[in-house]
Amino acid sequence: MSLVAIDPITRIEGHLKVEIEVEGGVIVRARCSGALYRGLELILIGRHPLDAQKITQRICGVCPLAHSTAASLCLDDALGLAPPRNGQLLRNLIYGANFLHNHILHFYHLALPDYLDPSTLEGRLAPLGGLLAPGDGAGDRRFSPEENGRLLEHYVEALVMRRKAQELVALFGGKMPHDMAIVPGGVTCRPSLGDVAAFRFRLRELASFIEGTYIPDLLLVAKRYGDHFQLGKVGRLLSFGCFPLEGERLFPAGVWQGGEVKPVNADELREGVYSSWYRGEGDSHPREEEAPPDPDKARAYSWIKSPRYQGEAFEVGPAARVAVGLKLGPPGLREAAEGLLSQAGVNPQALSSVMGRHLARGIEALFLIRAMEDWLSQLDLAGPVAVPYSLPQEAEGQGLVDAPRGALGHWIRIRDRKIAHYQVIAPTTWNACPRDEAGRPGPIEQALEGTKVAGDGLLEAGRIVRSFDPCLACAVQ
Amino acid sequence: MSGANTRTVVWFQAGGCTGCSISLMNADYPDLANLLLDEVVPGKGIALKFHATLMGPTGRPALEALERIPEKEAGEYLLVVEGAIPTAAGGRFGMVGEVPMAQRAASLARRAQAVLALGTCASYGGIPAGVPNPAGCVGVGELLRREGIQVPVVNVPGCPPHPRWFVETAARVLLGLPGPEELDEAGRLKAVYRGLIHESCPRRPDFDVGRFAPSFGEEGCLYELGCKGPFTESQCPQRGWNGGVSWCIAAGHPCIGCTEPDFLDRFSPLFRKLSLEEEQQAYRRAR
Repeated sequence: MSLVAIDPITRIEGHLKVEIEVEGGVIVRARCSGALYRGLELILIGRHPLDAQKITQRICGVCPLAHSTAASLCLDDALGLAPPRNGQLLRNLIYGANFLHNHILHFYHLALPDYLDPSTLEGRLAPLGGLLAPGDGAGDRRFSPEENGRLLEHYVEALVMRRKAQELVALFGGKMPHDMAIVPGGVTCRPSLGDVAAFRFRLRELASFIEGTYIPDLLLVAKRYGDHFQLGKVGRLLSFGCFPLEGERLFPAGVWQGGEVKPVNADELREGVYSSWYRGEGDSHPREEEAPPDPDKARAYSWIKSPRYQGEAFEVGPAARVAVGLKLGPPGLREAAEGLLSQAGVNPQALSSVMGRHLARGIEALFLIRAMEDWLSQLDLAGPVAVPYSLPQEAEGQGLVDAPRGALGHWIRIRDRKIAHYQVIAPTTWNACPRDEAGRPGPIEQALEGTKVAGDGLLEAGRIVRSFDPCLACAVQ
Repeated sequence: MSGANTRTVVWFQAGGCTGCSISLMNADYPDLANLLLDEVVPGKGIALKFHATLMGPTGRPALEALERIPEKEAGEYLLVVEGAIPTAAGGRFGMVGEVPMAQRAASLARRAQAVLALGTCASYGGIPAGVPNPAGCVGVGELLRREGIQVPVVNVPGCPPHPRWFVETAARVLLGLPGPEELDEAGRLKAVYRGLIHESCPRRPDFDVGRFAPSFGEEGCLYELGCKGPFTESQCPQRGWNGGVSWCIAAGHPCIGCTEPDFLDRFSPLFRKLSLEEEQQAYRRAR
């Protein structure tokens, strides 16, 4: 038996350690450990409630929109604000651009190097080959030299396209990272006709890259690594849905298990700290949760807490959104999903796997382009973009929304017009959580355990962990 | 780039959010590929040898690369630190490769030619150092003072910093370390940061005639909504963000003062109107 501590896991957001025990060529036990705690939930206490929106988005520089959106929904709820239709559309357009950025970055720059041989990069590109050289993590490269070369060219092209996706966020959002325009009550920006035209043409430029390059590349990877639809499976999926417009969500919320979809009841969420460096016993709802940090807790091995829904750990993210969307979603989402699933030759059961997660991101990107074009055409440039707020003496609020990486929840309690309590459960809190009191592993731990490995497991573990697109700054705030 | 005129760069991420890295990736003219592959200033470029978000190796091989560079290139590499440094509980709130970030940052800095503290967290502690600062976060300059390490530190604050500010500061360092007269009291390059946002704000005419926006999404100067432009040094109005498509005030949002020392606590509540007189007196006293 060998015990390998993979630390740092690179090409993800933030600080994650994964320990794997390999016995007879199989990972028999895995432990995920979040390695950084800043304490933003505690820093919020006593501050002005609106500060939460600006502070929580700084939990993460890759998906700040997710937190600025969840915090705004949370404060809309607490303050009783109903953003005007324009405000909702503009929020969705800004947030949609962030999804496109996230999926291009994740596929080309975070995940794809696990499948490429960068040693072929020569001349001006040679230093990039040096940076990407996998070291001991090489092996199982299946592309022809021509395919490998093309994908490396697209890696470089995608550096530009992901920058342009950030510019698309900033066009209405103000800047990226850390957008400014989304606020409780709506948005602050008032786009001109010229801004809308610029947005449309920038979106078209990205659409042409996504349709003409990203999707074909994705299908090529899925073809060469078809066995990765069986790798890293979890099977229990949860989504809060996202892109609300007049009470309906473009991606619907739902719990997916064995092909059946049930509605989400947010009162049945709990978070536990059994294996985490916090004081406290048992599970509690994030509305009530009090768990001060305790770096000396002996049995703990992670700063990540353990969220549970009806007592179970759930995978969250694109696989969950697409699986739920196939049952409850709009026709355009079903068409995009069925199209790519059939081209890859798999069924929806394959979504919760290494390659299924990659495929689900492609499905979302394709579908979102159309949805964003539609939202853009609905903007009323003369109409209001926000409603003014007034601060109640006491209030409670909840903001649930899917981020690019999965289900995200914010909870606030306001007392004396100040924040008395704030809790965040982020997508990677779900996916990378440690074992609970019953010894049940978190989703990434489960996905790793039982995996056959060729050597020390670095390559296989890296591919499985990265397929979840982990964001540790979100997982532990 | 590679060759004799390249400066090795070690990019160390500590208690942050990767926003500074993402912002660097948003650079244009030069863009990220230019920075990695080409000359940044005539005849000189950088060789990025460790960056956890971009590099190929993972786990032990990645850690070995991080540990090898100070051995082999002592005194010759540039250390970029992103994120605040957690120092409470012996540094156990933030670990990389099973060693506290504080210990790694200090040991990397000790043998560096110079340190760029990138972002408000690495410069001054930033949001993680906001009251009650649960993880004991400090900026890298403060860490080095506590450890008695004498290595030049240049701060490049902002939450995140504009990629241009990083490029200008890195280019200056490639040409030779800036003298103390080139830095302001907050350890920033004057050439990059000097000038209050309020002085160049396109909504300044609204301020001058007293036309103030009453709520979000309305026209007028944002001062009444809590804008920190009168107290914040940064070239946002001149540069714009993300290829110049917009920036905070252009998008109708008050400046929150993210380039200033003591951001967050000096400016929180972020939407509270500050007294111009009091703050400007404080500003003049500090300078």
